[in-house]
Amino acid sequence: MSVTVKIPTQLRSVAGGEAEVDVDGAGTVGEALERVFERHGELRDRMLEDGELRRFVNVYLDGEDVRFLDGLATPVPAGAELTILPAVAGG
Amino acid sequence: MTPSGAEYIRQIKSQIDEVDPAEVQDNLDNGVAIVDVRESEELSQGHLPGAKHVPRGYLESRIEGAAPDRSQRVVVYCASGQRSALAAKTLRDDLGYENVQSMTGGITLWKDRGYDVEVPRALSAEQRERYSRHMLMPEVGLEGQVKLLDAKVLLLGAGGLGAPAALYLAAAGVGTIGIVDDDEVDLSNLQRQVIHTTAGVGTPKVDSAQEAMNALNPDVNVVKHPVRLDASNIMEIIEGYDVIVDGADNFPTRYLLNDATVRLGIPVVSASILGFDGQLSVFKPFDGPCYRCLYPVPPPAELAPSCGANGVLGVLPGTMGLLQATEVIKLVVGTGEPLIGRLLLYEALGATFTELKVRRDPDCPVCSRPSEISDEEMGVFPDYEAFCAAAG
Repeated sequence: MSVTVKIPTQLRSVAGGEAEVDVDGAGTVGEALERVFERHGELRDRMLEDGELRRFVNVYLDGEDVRFLDGLATPVPAGAELTILPAVAGG
Repeated sequence: MTPSGAEYIRQIKSQIDEVDPAEVQDNLDNGVAIVDVRESEELSQGHLPGAKHVPRGYLESRIEGAAPDRSQRVVVYCASGQRSALAAKTLRDDLGYENVQSMTGGITLWKDRGYDVEVPRALSAEQRERYSRHMLMPEVGLEGQVKLLDAKVLLLGAGGLGAPAALYLAAAGVGTIGIVDDDEVDLSNLQRQVIHTTAGVGTPKVDSAQEAMNALNPDVNVVKHPVRLDASNIMEIIEGYDVIVDGADNFPTRYLLNDATVRLGIPVVSASILGFDGQLSVFKPFDGPCYRCLYPVPPPAELAPSCGANGVLGVLPGTMGLLQATEVIKLVVGTGEPLIGRLLLYEALGATFTELKVRRDPDCPVCSRPSEISDEEMGVFPDYEAFCAAAG
């Protein structure tokens, strides 16, 4: 069973316009994101720096911030939903 | 033969439990639900401290707002103890309240004994009519409406988010609404900033907003701040407000506001929008995380698209601004579960709401400082414009 990665509006331009990407065979948050990056390479630079999540990008596993779990090493259960949340200033 | 009215009430009184005002006085703070069953106009001369008002005619439909737990002790009273006897019987026999008493002699005897009464803030006849749909709800009621009328709410921005929030908060009767905005109305604003009009293009947004709010509700005292918030003026402007609605369109202002409101302990109802997506959360200092716990640093300018550059669905700030207004009213009235420690993500294209947890960061440089902020530090901020590198 796959993991769903939800892409926010401002990152869709570097994700082929996709709002959601389903990936298979990912055991951790990092691996799930890597599967997405394999398809959309530009997204990697937007989200990662030196292999770590950039501090202005939050990733949630089923509603919980992965920084408060085990970061990119957090295991992802099958059917899980990863939400990418960037800071937005628009008002 | 059917009994007379007076005889009927005597019979009822013999069937229910009564309690002397002295005992009620001794138990005012002991978790007893005190329910005043008189008519609204009788309350102007005062009621028991902490009493909930449920007119006898609405007893069955509204008692749960005043006494949700049927096993809790309930004391009902009226003017002299007759209507409350009838109400006590209804609560016990028909609604299953297990521990109900009617106060002997009603508020008349209570006052004769010299016990304290609370005199409610009187609303004018026009206000009672204007806010009648709030007053009907036990979660708001007269008490909540008075809180709204006494509240001071500051809107940061009279733009996409601020426009709908301003209109609905004015309509709801928030007594003082401040607006910080140094812009003028532009034709391209009108696709979403519904508080402004075509005729107002070119006029200051604070003036245009004030006109619309006072046309809707003359009760509202609109305080205009036609300036751009910066480190030199923020403390002076925001001090004294109960809640701040963050509808700023740039990162420097959002971080500046966060730091100042954490220092002053003012809750912020924050939303942001882009394209078809909106984010909403409530940052209540020390009760929950602050904006920096969620986003420790802003993104660099090239990764921080703005609505001006990328566009926004015109309806989206309406949805998000009204969710902000709802959270403001909940905070002011003190009802419901405010969105503290939670972030609501709305995606209009998919028509989905996602709730995310936001935790306090134990390393947050602003809200997890070990000590109180000193006077010398108050109002002193780093150079945000340089720090955020023109992110806005």
